[in-house]
Amino acid sequence: MVDFGGWDMPIQYSKGIRAEHLAVRSGVGVFDLSHMGRLHVRGPDALRLVQWLTTNDAGRLGHGRAQYSLICGEHGQILDDIIVYNLGDELLLVVNASNRLKILAWIDAQRAGPLSGLDVTVHDATVETAMIGFQGPESERLLQGLVSGDLATLRYYASVKSTVARRDALVARTGYTGEDGFELIVDARFGPEVWEILLEERQGVQPVPAALGARDTLRLEAGMPLYGHEIDEDANPFEAGLGRVVKLDKDEFAGSKALRAISESGVERRLVAFELTAGGVPRQGYPILDGDAAVGQVTSGNVSPSLGTPIGMAYVPTRLTEPGTVIAVEIRGKAVPARVTTLPFYAHKTKKITPSRTA
Amino acid sequence: MDPTDRRYTSEHEWVKLEGDVAVVGITDFAQDQLGDVVYVELPKVGDRVEAMKPFGVVESVKTASDLFAPIGGSVAEVNDSLKDEPQLVNDAPYGSGWMIKILPDDPAAIDNLMTAQQYADQVAGSS
Repeated sequence: MVDFGGWDMPIQYSKGIRAEHLAVRSGVGVFDLSHMGRLHVRGPDALRLVQWLTTNDAGRLGHGRAQYSLICGEHGQILDDIIVYNLGDELLLVVNASNRLKILAWIDAQRAGPLSGLDVTVHDATVETAMIGFQGPESERLLQGLVSGDLATLRYYASVKSTVARRDALVARTGYTGEDGFELIVDARFGPEVWEILLEERQGVQPVPAALGARDTLRLEAGMPLYGHEIDEDANPFEAGLGRVVKLDKDEFAGSKALRAISESGVERRLVAFELTAGGVPRQGYPILDGDAAVGQVTSGNVSPSLGTPIGMAYVPTRLTEPGTVIAVEIRGKAVPARVTTLPFYAHKTKKITPSRTA
Repeated sequence: MDPTDRRYTSEHEWVKLEGDVAVVGITDFAQDQLGDVVYVELPKVGDRVEAMKPFGVVESVKTASDLFAPIGGSVAEVNDSLKDEPQLVNDAPYGSGWMIKILPDDPAAIDNLMTAQQYADQVAGSS
């Protein structure tokens, strides 16, 4: 067990990271995500507050839909990456565990300053609810037996208020694994019970509990950033490759002036994907070499459990970002050759999902 | 119980004399603690290794860990199959997951290392 943003969490369950990872790629993995911060924004000015706090355009978010977004500080630095859910009568922000208290304080500061006088409440429901990931190609087929409603009509990045194992639940088709899958939020009192039911074998598939280690290797293969690795307060969205979720055409928001300036002036470094072309394991903090010069740093790396090859992400000067560019990673004083490549490292077979009428 | 035909270090390596050479690997406890081994960095044949100094690195999905030489000598052979199949360290830590063979400076130095029982006591005490 390790401390993770103030939560005691396992790195792996009994089967080990590789087995948990492969279960998510071929069957179903079940993740306890209760550490993720769940902040409910309610009241007439809920949208106004969220529009100020986040870089994506929550105004375009239809009832029942979700979007990936960022919370940036006044210099355009990334305070957190989040998912915004439009639940109809309220907005739900799912924030990183390690940033939850920081974001709550940031919201208070915004409401005391630039956004004073809003008619809105922010309710932190993190400890009173449990959140469980149910991820993998078999997730829809297995979960369908436990929920009310037809999951086939629930689109990617959509959610619906439903039940799981007869308990009220928010069922969202979101995830952090690069697979089809769901994230479920239930009352904390029913968390352990729902967890146990989700782990029961059904239709010949045994769901596998998966922990932080597999969560990290799965999201790495999928090319998804992790706060504290690819993004932090020293990174801006454009160098992190997240410019697509910065909507400079919406009304002014926290960090928008700085972000507009960065967008116009361009960036000097950029996040890239790479694969080692010789043996080794790239890890966070290892220098990126261009010849003898250290020009960047690895943000995440490992041996891909799906591909069997060493992969990673790193910040490099923009001149080295073209796919195919040869760089090197310094591992214990030795330059190990690597090649810049494209994300994702691993892509699941896209499943055709019937559009929902309500979305 | 770990095999009694070899000796153990406090850093969780084992060493077993086979004729003139000493075979070295890591213990079952060590591979279990590391989890899925994905890479093993080993010295070259002919390199010198010194007793209780690092001779290589074993990397799992979770972490990287130094490998310590149980005894001093020169490297007589390295387990090349670990290049393509590092998981042999997990599957057979006392067999095909061996790492290097050392031509020892002093074969008798092995007798100063822990027996299987002493090693088991150390592991029990630390966990």
